Amino acid sequence: MTIVDTRTPDPKRFIPGATGDWEVVIGMEVHAQVTSKSKLFSGASTEFGKAPNANVSLVDAAMPGMLPVINEECVKQAVRTGLGLKAQINKRSIFDRKNYFYPDLPQGYQISQFKDPIVGEGKIVISVGPDRKGEFEDIEIGIERLHLEQDAGKSMHDQHPTMSYVDLNRSGVALMEIVSKPDLRSSDEAKAYLTKLRTILRYLGTCDGNMDEGSMRADVNVSVRKPGGDFGTRCEIKNVNSIRFVGQSIEYEARRQIAILEEGGSIDQETRLFDPGKGETRSMRSKEDAHDYRYFPDPDLLPLEFDDAFIEELAAHLPELPDDKKARLIETVGLSVYDASILVSDKAIADYFERAAKGRDGKLVANWVINDLLGALNKAGQSIEETPVSPDQLGGIVDLIKAEVISGKIAKDLFEIVWNEGGDPAAIVEERGMKQVTDTGAIEKAVDEIIAANPDQVEKAKAKPSLAGWFVGQVMKATGGKANPQAVNALVKAKLGLED
Amino acid sequence: MSVDIATVKRVARLSRLAVSDEDAQRMVGELNVILGFVEQLDEVDVSGVEPMTSVIAMDMKKRADVVTDGDKAADIVANAPASEEGFFLVPKVVE
Repeated sequence: MTIVDTRTPDPKRFIPGATGDWEVVIGMEVHAQVTSKSKLFSGASTEFGKAPNANVSLVDAAMPGMLPVINEECVKQAVRTGLGLKAQINKRSIFDRKNYFYPDLPQGYQISQFKDPIVGEGKIVISVGPDRKGEFEDIEIGIERLHLEQDAGKSMHDQHPTMSYVDLNRSGVALMEIVSKPDLRSSDEAKAYLTKLRTILRYLGTCDGNMDEGSMRADVNVSVRKPGGDFGTRCEIKNVNSIRFVGQSIEYEARRQIAILEEGGSIDQETRLFDPGKGETRSMRSKEDAHDYRYFPDPDLLPLEFDDAFIEELAAHLPELPDDKKARLIETVGLSVYDASILVSDKAIADYFERAAKGRDGKLVANWVINDLLGALNKAGQSIEETPVSPDQLGGIVDLIKAEVISGKIAKDLFEIVWNEGGDPAAIVEERGMKQVTDTGAIEKAVDEIIAANPDQVEKAKAKPSLAGWFVGQVMKATGGKANPQAVNALVKAKLGLED
Repeated sequence: MSVDIATVKRVARLSRLAVSDEDAQRMVGELNVILGFVEQLDEVDVSGVEPMTSVIAMDMKKRADVVTDGDKAADIVANAPASEEGFFLVPKVVE
């Protein structure tokens, strides 16, 4: 494979060394568990957290004579993902055996795809920033391929002094290996890539993206070079299981390689492990045989073939993707790029917003979702799924503001009441007398009283019109915040004889 | 193409087969005879011919995404030399 460098070296991303600047080059292989009820080649369940070996069929345990039969839904999920990555879909792909020896791999080989994957080249647009000017930079990252393969089982080494425990529940679960081109140039870009990929998979519903449960793991290939120079020798950091660790492992690994090269050494191409406790990567032993997988086509499986109609049917039912949703929110709802980016970053937040904004002022709802709801959730350490304020309730609050039943300030109090106690916002406003006073007579009375009681301030205000704000504040206070602030402002100015 | 004794031992090791030096030496000869036969097949020009994957043209059988199997941990580990609480037990393998 010839590697094409798609990027222009950018000093912003350079890592300073003793001998000048260095550039880090990163490519990622992400293993994403396919969302399906049963495994790729057997009818055993994929449910997480079951008793040891409960989700295992004789196929997954590689009992003699057992034959794999492919799960059509897993094929569809891979195609959907390929479509979501704007990638080439291969109507004919081949399953191969990747041979290696390990106790959690009962077959002695993993069924994978080598030369002919189900999905070819595609792309992901990542957004990095904001920078000091508050701007985001969009960067296109190439996808090399996506292929389907089986997961292995799980070994536990800390349960017994001399033995390892093996659980095959994961064995045979469908994975998509999504391989990027070496287009990433900083740890921030790598994190943005993984975040964006996860968002796309979640929108598509093809992988739950849950890294804690191992549904998504990344192998990170890192090399360094002098800016714009030839690609250096890479090291592969295996099985990194959080976005934060991806960032940390790249930072560490890049500096490790720079230190070796600056001392006149050379990089050994090898597989390394990231140790989150120490924040460092270390070499995996027994690597000499690691890359001799002796791939060959699996004789138990025919080529995987489908026609255009199959792809078109899946494409027709593809959900709206984050980039498309973002563009729509900016163009048709009129949101800022920043607000739209926040709302689409998580499908659950986007869904919440769209429910709350339906038939309402989208910009106002966006403000409430981003500033008030997400702020409160963040403070409470809760996720959008755990929100005590439903989209309908938030929409109800916005309706009351729009109808000028309550002021923006009272709305904040109302939000807090709904957050803590629940209930219908309109009913709460009614019951607790929170309605805004729009009756000009009543407001006028309050304004007159304040003016009569403060002759000194009236004199000062005539000389310094900005003091009108003090009167507005006093009137608001006197009416318990329920007076319409615009009406109060207009009346105060009129009574004091001030021009607008 | 031919193999030497180092290659034979390497392939045996990758397959976790214990092969004595004497057996390995014998296999060098056997494997080279097989490889010689394959080389003879190489004389046929097959450029542009797709590898045959099936004797008769047929589509790969597919399953619906339904859970039809599992919940038999005792059967799964029944033949294992050692097991505990439904887990297989194997000599410690840790990186």
